[in-house]
Amino acid sequence: MTVQILRRALIFVVSALVASVAVFGLLAVLPGDPAQVALGVSATPELLAKTRQEFGIDRPLATQYFEWIGGVFSGDFGNSYVTREPIGPQLVDRLGVTMWLVGAGMLVALLIALPAGVFAAVRHRRASGSVISGLSQLGVAVPGFVAAIILVQVFAVQLRWLPAGGWTPPIVDPLDFLSGLLLPALSLGLVQGAVLTRYVRSSVIDVLREDYLRTARAKGLTPYRALLRHGLRNASVPVVTVLGLQLATLLIGAVVIERVFVIPGLGSMLLDAVSNRDLLTVQGIVLVLVLAVLLVNFVVDVLYTVLNPRLRQAS
Amino acid sequence: MSALTVDSLELSVAGIPLVTGVSFTVGAGERVGLIGESGSGKSLTATAVMGLLPDEVDAAGSVRLSDVDHDLVGATEKQLARVRGRRMAMVFQEPMSALNPSMRVGDQVAEIMLIHGTRPDKATARAAAVELLGQVRLPEPAETARAYPHQLSGGQRQRVMLAIALANDPAVLICDEPTTALDVTVQARMLELIRTATEERGTALLFITHDLAVVAQTCERVLVMYGGRLVETGSVKEVFTAPKHPYTRGLLDASDLEAVDEHGRLRTIPGAVPGAGEFPGGCVFRNRCTDATGDCAEAPVLSEVDDRGFACWNPVGGPA
Amino acid sequence: MTLAVRRSSSPSLWVGLGLVGLVVVTALASFLWTPHDPTLVDAAQRLRGPGTDYVFGTDKFGRDLFSQVMVGARTTLFVGVVAVGVAALIGTPLGVFAAMAPKWLGEFVMRVNDLVLAFPALLLAIVFGAVFGADTLTAMIAIGIASVPSFARIARSGALGVMSTEYVLAARSAGRSRTAIAVRHVLPNIAGLVIVQSSVSFAIAVLSEAALSFLGFGTRPPTPSWGRMLQESQELLAVEPRLALVPGVAIAIAVLGFNLLGDGLRDRYDPRLEVRR
Repeated sequence: MTVQILRRALIFVVSALVASVAVFGLLAVLPGDPAQVALGVSATPELLAKTRQEFGIDRPLATQYFEWIGGVFSGDFGNSYVTREPIGPQLVDRLGVTMWLVGAGMLVALLIALPAGVFAAVRHRRASGSVISGLSQLGVAVPGFVAAIILVQVFAVQLRWLPAGGWTPPIVDPLDFLSGLLLPALSLGLVQGAVLTRYVRSSVIDVLREDYLRTARAKGLTPYRALLRHGLRNASVPVVTVLGLQLATLLIGAVVIERVFVIPGLGSMLLDAVSNRDLLTVQGIVLVLVLAVLLVNFVVDVLYTVLNPRLRQAS
Repeated sequence: MSALTVDSLELSVAGIPLVTGVSFTVGAGERVGLIGESGSGKSLTATAVMGLLPDEVDAAGSVRLSDVDHDLVGATEKQLARVRGRRMAMVFQEPMSALNPSMRVGDQVAEIMLIHGTRPDKATARAAAVELLGQVRLPEPAETARAYPHQLSGGQRQRVMLAIALANDPAVLICDEPTTALDVTVQARMLELIRTATEERGTALLFITHDLAVVAQTCERVLVMYGGRLVETGSVKEVFTAPKHPYTRGLLDASDLEAVDEHGRLRTIPGAVPGAGEFPGGCVFRNRCTDATGDCAEAPVLSEVDDRGFACWNPVGGPA
Repeated sequence: MTLAVRRSSSPSLWVGLGLVGLVVVTALASFLWTPHDPTLVDAAQRLRGPGTDYVFGTDKFGRDLFSQVMVGARTTLFVGVVAVGVAALIGTPLGVFAAMAPKWLGEFVMRVNDLVLAFPALLLAIVFGAVFGADTLTAMIAIGIASVPSFARIARSGALGVMSTEYVLAARSAGRSRTAIAVRHVLPNIAGLVIVQSSVSFAIAVLSEAALSFLGFGTRPPTPSWGRMLQESQELLAVEPRLALVPGVAIAIAVLGFNLLGDGLRDRYDPRLEVRR
């Protein structure tokens, strides 16, 4: 098992490095001069040259890359071309906000998907099971930001129970924090919950068809207890894989949801940086997002190995 | 006093009959073989006795165990759960998939004792599990108990299944083709083990198979099933030496490598087993039977005298 | 005893086909006729409610909502077809290649493939938008590239299955070239899998396009797009929720249609799901 995990870790590190080159390369091919963008068209050639030197973009690309990635290791993402502020601290700040959003969204998704998926699976031949699968199919089709718009309309505009947007950090006011988090988390979680319900359902149905579940019933367990004691662990293997992919989807979904609810997370930072043509900032954010996705995949692979004794014993 | 009594069992899916009017008993400590080709309804009958039928199968009739005071047909899942694994147990055909892949086999054996509270705690149940694994002659039982199913061979897993089934000393053990998936050499040892283990414990055995030789080795009495009906019953010796039903004779001829027809070919039963719901009315075998007459349009009744019976208007060797 | 309960063709397939058909017909009809010019700004007709003249009413610029939805269907399908086309045309051969190439090369291709998977469609489209300028084309290509890995995976596992069948082994022992085997045996046999994946990817493409247009990284004005209709509805949400509801429902119909179609096709093509128990 250790060998397996080490192998996975190696793949993760290599992938992360290749991804960083890709991110850097994508933005390096960009036509246009960051110095020009920063200074405007009226800038003198001397000032432009000086600024290019300041940004470090007059040097060869390879040097620029190693400079950048070296800094990233110590949390230094460079200074913004636009605001001249260091990018790192703001990135960490915004990432924290987005993590709250993603975590809460995942929680909502799980709270919906686990019971609904298991129920729909156990009753998949009956009407009640079909209703749940139908609803989940419908939920998958509604984009998160449409769900967000509807939720805002109902709970913020009509009922006035919750704020339509904005962000209060948890240390400032926990209650405001929670009420502000609720609608964004629901917007993210409802849709992902619907997706997840379908996976939970199909993997529980697969497990229900397994011979060892019949054995469990032959031992004297009722169908529900047989599923709880013998089914869920085995059904969880494919679900964990999907959960990992979903975390990535949630992270990207948060970009859109942050825009709807005016939340100062990584997504809003990215969109602002893109519209300001603040390339170094874009580069940093994209790297962090891609690394997060890769990290989640790595953790999923490890969990997969741990949950599956066939893999655990191998090697 | 019989351990298991099945009376007029009827099984159907969406109105299509799969098993019709099956009645039999298995005495305490008796070993009975239920034999038939695939599609005969033998496995379905066993599944019905265990109460493990899929949702879409409708059951009628009666299945009773000597020490259970209610009928198993129509019982609630809760009632059935108390009986399964305690009063009766089952070994399935596929040892490769019948065990939970993510649980140590010792724990899977211990579990059945803990479910029914026949051992007071985990430690005792675990110790009992190791002992049981030894009784089914698994080498180094303590070590095997810590293994996962995928680390064992098919034969070893089937022994584990047997240990699970026997753990609570059930009155009835049902084995559904337990050796079909195993190598021939492993098969013989497994059969011997099932025979001795049930003998030692006085467990009644209902053994489902399509293999005549397996029945001859393991059982005392045999029930022959075709088209969802019992067509012949009797002691292994009587049925195998003097079959009355043309189908039984056909089965015996087909398994006899020395019996040849007039063209010097091995004998077979003409035609193939019809699909569910496609059996002829009257005697279900009449479209494949070489002795069929006009009488066969009416279904013959299985009449038993001293456990010997057959359902045929034109029995082999004339009326008894 | 096995119970062969074969499902007749599933309702998902027909409902899916119906919904997709609705979107396709709407898009095609928009080439011939729309009730009004979807881009016509008319201050006199601002925010008209639904009625006989304007079925879904008008937006804040006085443009007819129904006409915009009709032409928006065109945009949605166009983006979907190009994105899925790019993904299938790159991903399928890549997967088949990875299955048939020497093991190390196949592994390498799949590792690169996994790496692309770490760039979600939306992120890739935003980056592309920043680099090449945000419009329909960059959105389509970004969504297409991001969908390549799923096609490559499906095609590889399907191809590996076909490669181990007896008729391929026979063809190989008869000395047929790898390319010939790929074209004659492998591709036809994984076509079903690729079609199912196309339907699923189409639904994802529709969602991504909507989200991108909503963020201002997709289709540019004045071309109507469901995502941008939603974005424009935001400031008037409190008074005119209709403006968000109409494109929202349109997106949901398209996504639901392609998802159901994919489910129905999978029931039909996927041998694993046929006659179980």
